[in-house]
Amino acid sequence: MTGTARRRRAATARARAPILFVVPAVLAVGFLAMPLLGLVEQTPWRHLATALAAPPVLVALRLSLVCSLGAVAISLLLGVPLAFLLARVDFPGRNLVRALTTLPMVLPPVVGGVALLLAFGRRGLAGVWLDRAFGITLPFTTAGAILAEAFVAMPFLVITTEAGLRAMDRRFEDAAATLGAGRWTTIRRVTLPLIAPSLGAGAALCWARALGEFGATITFAGNLPGTTQTMPLAVYLALENDLPAAIALSLVLLAVSLAVLIVLRDRWFPTA
Amino acid sequence: MVRSRIRLAVVLLALALLAAGCGGNDDASGAGSQTEIKVFAAASLTAAFNKLGSDFTAAHPDTKVTFNFAGSQALATQVQQGAPADAFASADTRSMDKVASLVGAPRVFASNLLQIIVSEGNPKGVKGLPDLARGDLKVVLGAPDVPAGKYAEQALDAQHLTVKPVSLEDNVKAVVTKVSLGEADAGIVYVTDVSAGGDKVEGVDIPTDQNVRATYPIATVKASTHQSQAQAFVDFVRGDQGQQVLESYGFLPPPTS
Repeated sequence: MTGTARRRRAATARARAPILFVVPAVLAVGFLAMPLLGLVEQTPWRHLATALAAPPVLVALRLSLVCSLGAVAISLLLGVPLAFLLARVDFPGRNLVRALTTLPMVLPPVVGGVALLLAFGRRGLAGVWLDRAFGITLPFTTAGAILAEAFVAMPFLVITTEAGLRAMDRRFEDAAATLGAGRWTTIRRVTLPLIAPSLGAGAALCWARALGEFGATITFAGNLPGTTQTMPLAVYLALENDLPAAIALSLVLLAVSLAVLIVLRDRWFPTA
Repeated sequence: MVRSRIRLAVVLLALALLAAGCGGNDDASGAGSQTEIKVFAAASLTAAFNKLGSDFTAAHPDTKVTFNFAGSQALATQVQQGAPADAFASADTRSMDKVASLVGAPRVFASNLLQIIVSEGNPKGVKGLPDLARGDLKVVLGAPDVPAGKYAEQALDAQHLTVKPVSLEDNVKAVVTKVSLGEADAGIVYVTDVSAGGDKVEGVDIPTDQNVRATYPIATVKASTHQSQAQAFVDFVRGDQGQQVLESYGFLPPPTS
């Protein structure tokens, strides 16, 4: 489509905007933007650097980075193979597996945290065995916080990657195969590079979700500065005695979310 | 096209009417049949205040009480940010002081003592505060901003004990939960939380000379539009009937000074 044609089409679409929609739409934008404005307006800009450099804030920032990147690593390691199977292999119960995989996306995170306790807690289904066999207990540990974040964030990577795999042109793989490439070589040299954009978008979404995780983390991993108190938990607790610190931390999380949105804009709004 | 627009208009109109209808109901309840007051209360008061609320409505059929239970420090912040509270009951004077300019004169209506909470049967053999410093115990406390966390800190400091908790919970009930699920071995909570905590937990007494007495102040919120009902609730809590209910849940009377 040429530029002029696109502009003309945009113009007609604009002309047809029903009045009845304009008012609710404006209200919706105001409703969604107002809290962000409030946050920015209340930000103690002058003391922002001091607020962010405060040791408890730095500790929470570092822990959040470690945990969210750990969650992304687990999700890549386990989620990409799962996405591959879901997209390419027609096995019995595939729809059920897909539903189970996406469940954490719609499950209230606190419920996820309770479920994690009942599964991986010291008296949980798998937790009892982990404790007895290896002496590993996950609640109240950084590993537990990573697990909680991976639980809620992995689905984002899996469904984005699966969609990428379904959308790609499989003839490239066929061509590679006819040219003598083995299965692994094809996956490594053809498939993965082709789905790299989906993989990147999925990883970014997964990371953003992990970074923002609150409910499952505080329920399953508890709250201890330096061990399990990630940024969202620090924001929540700081709200109760140190509002400027809470706002400064919130601003960091907001900036990260915006950055992810900007990185992904071409993918989500390709014509804009 | 036209038909769908009409349909949309009808839907919007219905929504508007519905919204107006809800507003109307609110007015009706405010003016006549039943007034609703919102009481923000410390998490440790949950069971006792739920009972007090229904007793109060039985005595004052025109007033319904709803509660917002959370850590006192969180409730104080909510009141500061203009949450629609009519009365505030805190588990320490510190949280009440935070909102001093926003509430009427606070009155202490109850007190409470600390107890060590352990799993049923006390499998780790906890006998007193010094055991909490043991390396083989997973100890959970309230965060330092939570009244129960602050009191626990005071009790441990007085004994010169260094306890390394595995988690600092946001309210005292979360400490109970972590112990009753078996994730933590011990915690410090109020006596009343142990008795309200069910069969899976039990308490280990802290001797009086090592214990810290928690005091619970209550006050009406100045911004409340239901001053008389809020005051009536405060009076009810401090009156004989209220004190009896609190006692039945293990609370102690206010310290005599």
